[in-house]
Amino acid sequence: MNEKRKVKKKQISEVWRRLKRNRAAIMGGIIVLLFVSMAILAPWIAPYPPNEGDLGKRLKPPSREHLLGTDPLGRDLLSRVIYGARISLQIQIISVAIALVIGTVLGMIGGYYGGKIDNLIMRLIDILLAFPGIFLAISIIAVLGPGLMNLMLAAGIYSIPQFARIVRGSVVSLKEKEFIEAARAVGEKDRDILLRYLLPNSLAPIIVQTTLRMATVLLTASGLSFLGLGVQPPTPEWGAMLSNARAYLITAPHVATVPGLAIMLVVLGFNLFGDGLRDSLDPRLRD
Amino acid sequence: MWRYVWKRILMLLPVLFGVSLISFSLLHLVPGDPAEILAGEEANPEFIKALRQEYGLDQPLYLQYFHFLSHIVRGDFGISIRNREPVINLLKERFLFTVQLSFISILIAGLIGLLAGIISSTKQYSLFDHISMLGALLGISMPIFWFGLLLMLVFSVYLRWFPAGGTGTIFHLILPAIALGASGSAVIARMTRASMLEVIRQDYIRTARANGLREFIVIHKHALKNAMIPVVTVFGLEFGYMLGGAVLTETVFSLPGIGRLMVEGIFQRDYPIVQGAMLLVATTFVLVNLLTDIAYAFFDPKIRYE
Repeated sequence: MNEKRKVKKKQISEVWRRLKRNRAAIMGGIIVLLFVSMAILAPWIAPYPPNEGDLGKRLKPPSREHLLGTDPLGRDLLSRVIYGARISLQIQIISVAIALVIGTVLGMIGGYYGGKIDNLIMRLIDILLAFPGIFLAISIIAVLGPGLMNLMLAAGIYSIPQFARIVRGSVVSLKEKEFIEAARAVGEKDRDILLRYLLPNSLAPIIVQTTLRMATVLLTASGLSFLGLGVQPPTPEWGAMLSNARAYLITAPHVATVPGLAIMLVVLGFNLFGDGLRDSLDPRLRD
Repeated sequence: MWRYVWKRILMLLPVLFGVSLISFSLLHLVPGDPAEILAGEEANPEFIKALRQEYGLDQPLYLQYFHFLSHIVRGDFGISIRNREPVINLLKERFLFTVQLSFISILIAGLIGLLAGIISSTKQYSLFDHISMLGALLGISMPIFWFGLLLMLVFSVYLRWFPAGGTGTIFHLILPAIALGASGSAVIARMTRASMLEVIRQDYIRTARANGLREFIVIHKHALKNAMIPVVTVFGLEFGYMLGGAVLTETVFSLPGIGRLMVEGIFQRDYPIVQGAMLLVATTFVLVNLLTDIAYAFFDPKIRYE
């Protein structure tokens, strides 16, 4: 047991060593860290309450008083962007968790048992993939109706196929390996083989996918809110803020610039960190 | 080759069945009586009863599904609740618009992506390579709708080069097409670069260079042909994704596309429109993917035998 722990520790320090050398990944990690800190510390660092506005100060450009200016209702944009990080992080975590759990279970069952059950699961995944990009999430919202909860569910279901396919691929390649055959030979139950051997050995692609999906989910969720199908006003969600800003593009372009920049930076951060993590966990994947 | 094509078509059937089932279920999953929903808010009981009979909504669900399917294959997607117009007429117009927009987008994305990818691969680790790959990363990370707003701000509001929205001329479609194609061009550039780098390292390219062939000939005649095989797949996939992603661009630029129609349908609880749009876009996407797979198998014989 001690030996096993030592090997694991060595592996983790090796991954960390490789990750540290990847400047882009570190930059991505810092962006993600700043974003998460902003979300957690929002009530302490936001200069104004996010939903309190002064109509006398509507659409003001950036100034000392309001560093990023104000929105059409005179609310402080910086405070809304900071609080928006909370909503975004919440959507990302819950949506990705839904996709991670369902996708991993489906992928593991399909990959391990194969045959008809695998075929059935994969055809279900194909059906989900038949709706291009955000269209699947929109179709789900069409059934469930707009709102934060439904948005998280739609963005979660939208990401299930990617997890299911990756986990299935990993399980299919692992299940023929000697250590799995050995586990079977000593009479280990299927559930134990799946949870104690196959899942831990599939963790690397799952972690990478989770990081990259945090980026995609943010793009999808903010897109849905932009369309009016996701988070509803006055909640300070970045996509919804952009939707609101369209009408003021000429008179107050700053209203449309800031929330979009926030989305792009966070997505970029997760993409950079995810790419770096993939290279560090499996250097063979590097081009 | 034909065996592969048939196999792929057969694999398509359960997917199309699933898509039609999801689309059919929509009316039954949303709260309320389907006949009352179809009749609209101010309908009288006689009209609701007539609709119930016409659409077979008083029959068991499996019969209703076959009823739905038999109408769909005849091109009858029902009547719009709001406009009282056949859904197919509304879909046709809006769908052709989205296809047109996606087509221009993929052309722009392909041109930019291929050029950036090829130059980056031939000048690996150069300043151009770094800048274009950073651009690709930004392209993937940028929300389409935000990029659309920025393009509008710069090229319509400040420079006044292009109209800010609406339709009529090809100029109306340039900015929306660029916004929609940004992430596609980024994906194509990355894929082209990776594929080219792999091919350039092959022995036969080294041999071509050793034989004294000019670099231009080596790249364009020998490397590009093989490197393009996986890129074909990306083109097909990206075109399909554009059909879905167009909804955001259509919203930013107030364009009459199918995505916008579907979102309007959701807001107005016009479910026949939503059902029709879901079916049409998903079926087209699946067919585009099928054609992409066939094209891939045509160019790369290994695929057919796997």
